Amino acid sequence: MPSSHSTRRGDDLEAVAGNGLLDRRSLLRGGAAFAAAITGYVLSDSAAAQQLADDSWSAGAGRLLTDYEAPSPFEKNVARTLSNPKGETRTSHARTPHHLLNGTITPNGLHFIISHSGNPDIDPGKHRLVIHGLVQRPLVFTLDALMRYPMVSRMAFVECGGNGALLASKEPLNINVQALHGLVSCAEWTGVMLSTLLDEAGIDPKAKWVIAEGADSLAVSRSVPISKALDDAMIALYQNGERLMPGNGYPMRLLLPGWEGNMNIKYLRRLKLADAPAMSFYEARTYSQILPGGKAYQFYFLQEVKSFITHPSPGLKLSAPGLYEISGVAYSGNGRISKVMVSADGGKTWAPAALQEPVNPKAFTRFRAPWRWDGGPAILQSRAWDEAGNAQPTRAEMIARRGETTAVPNVLAFPTQHYNTLTSWGVERSGEVKHVHA
Amino acid sequence: MFTHSLQRATVVIALAVGPGAAFAQGPNLGKPISPADLAAWDISIMPDGSGLPPGSGTPAQGAPIYAQKCAACHGANGKGGINAALVGGQPLTTGIDTTKTVANFWPYPTTLFDFTRRAMPYPKPRTLTNDEVYALTAYILRLNNLIGESDVMNAATLPKVRMPNRDGFIVRFPDKMP
Repeated sequence: MPSSHSTRRGDDLEAVAGNGLLDRRSLLRGGAAFAAAITGYVLSDSAAAQQLADDSWSAGAGRLLTDYEAPSPFEKNVARTLSNPKGETRTSHARTPHHLLNGTITPNGLHFIISHSGNPDIDPGKHRLVIHGLVQRPLVFTLDALMRYPMVSRMAFVECGGNGALLASKEPLNINVQALHGLVSCAEWTGVMLSTLLDEAGIDPKAKWVIAEGADSLAVSRSVPISKALDDAMIALYQNGERLMPGNGYPMRLLLPGWEGNMNIKYLRRLKLADAPAMSFYEARTYSQILPGGKAYQFYFLQEVKSFITHPSPGLKLSAPGLYEISGVAYSGNGRISKVMVSADGGKTWAPAALQEPVNPKAFTRFRAPWRWDGGPAILQSRAWDEAGNAQPTRAEMIARRGETTAVPNVLAFPTQHYNTLTSWGVERSGEVKHVHA
Repeated sequence: MFTHSLQRATVVIALAVGPGAAFAQGPNLGKPISPADLAAWDISIMPDGSGLPPGSGTPAQGAPIYAQKCAACHGANGKGGINAALVGGQPLTTGIDTTKTVANFWPYPTTLFDFTRRAMPYPKPRTLTNDEVYALTAYILRLNNLIGESDVMNAATLPKVRMPNRDGFIVRFPDKMP
């Protein structure tokens, strides 16, 4: 282990991989000296020079408190991007701005949404959940009734099966992390375990699937294996401590930790136990992936191990050579993240990143690695492993298994799904960061 | 003491409650729902045809309904518009980004009836009669040459329509399947 004489410039921090990647332990060891040596990003115009006189906000009392806090007016750029702002008769997407957030929890107002027909405003007093089919006692639940049940809280990411699909593009695109990976978010969900309700209804041994349906205008429906329903499925009622956001399924949604977002049926109103899957539109057609050769995957279910770097990333321009923290999120539908490696030379050499505790199963894990940018070109990548031993596939591995597009896709298109390969960010001499293939 | 150990046991159980805890005891507040009431809720249709309602329709009956209620989004004769084309489609060997269509991709004809009935027309879902849904299903299947011009679609005939890509699928994780 190298000695820990971090200087203010950080010049003697030990490089552990090519192009300036430093020992992850210097994050802890260097402490304040390391922090002082970190160079900032340029987000917008620099603030004016400091005045000796008080600024206006210090010279008198501030404004009135509000009954529900909104972010500082200086944070207006921290917002989701909307794919269908005029509400045309097609699907709408709101993407999480990962490059403007940190930590592991997505604030409720910034949680991603995919809505196939807008957000319904459901009266919670009139909403019902019906459980029927292959059960001994068909039952109907009010929300008031569910609120009396024993509840569980857990962290869980929810990710659209098509998130990151643009990585399948045969050429890199002019996009940032929000456009590429904005359809995954992570929250603490609280609700009633589905197993509790299924036990109350009495499961017929012939039941193999649970067909879930929402109260949105399309009555979106997906079939879920009963083993998942009895494992860790939840009727989620709260999101990060408050009731679900309308776009995330208010007043109740099915939460299937680690499984394809579309299966986590929002506005949940009906669960039918059956001996076969329904082959609904979204499982038989939409969330099936064409493979090289012309066959297609069906029932992919899992969101497999994945990571991406949020800092630096496109839109966060490096202001000057020096020390930076590379950080991002890693997650796996198979459980906990066990390891994240980062590269600054396009995958030639790798260094382990520090994993921020706690490392929760099927939830975001923040990773961090110190990096000294020498001002030259660099290609930043991260690669994650999960506790089940799965490795995030490299681009070459992914293309070998799943192919790549024949045409360069529109940036709002989903040329495939479940394409969990590495993301590469190219750092240019100017400090600009761009999506590249490596 | 017995009471003491019982309390400790309760504490241990409480600590052990986690996302994986199966069959936590609930207060049993679900209300029974009668078969008659369930009928209004249950719109599920299975690939074997169970759940298909009474009624019928032909391609010729579907054409004017399509023109009136579907063409605005899906284009004249199913050629596509702001939303997906319902006719044609390249072979899936064209590439992983081949547009999926009824003819080149959908494994089951029941999915077409189910999604039309539950979700269409987009601005006013669940306003079509069952006869209209059968007629539209017949019209779209006919546009794709999957049934004959005078074939009648109903609960008996629809599940028997053989879709070209019926056997084109691979289950990704067989161990996750029931």
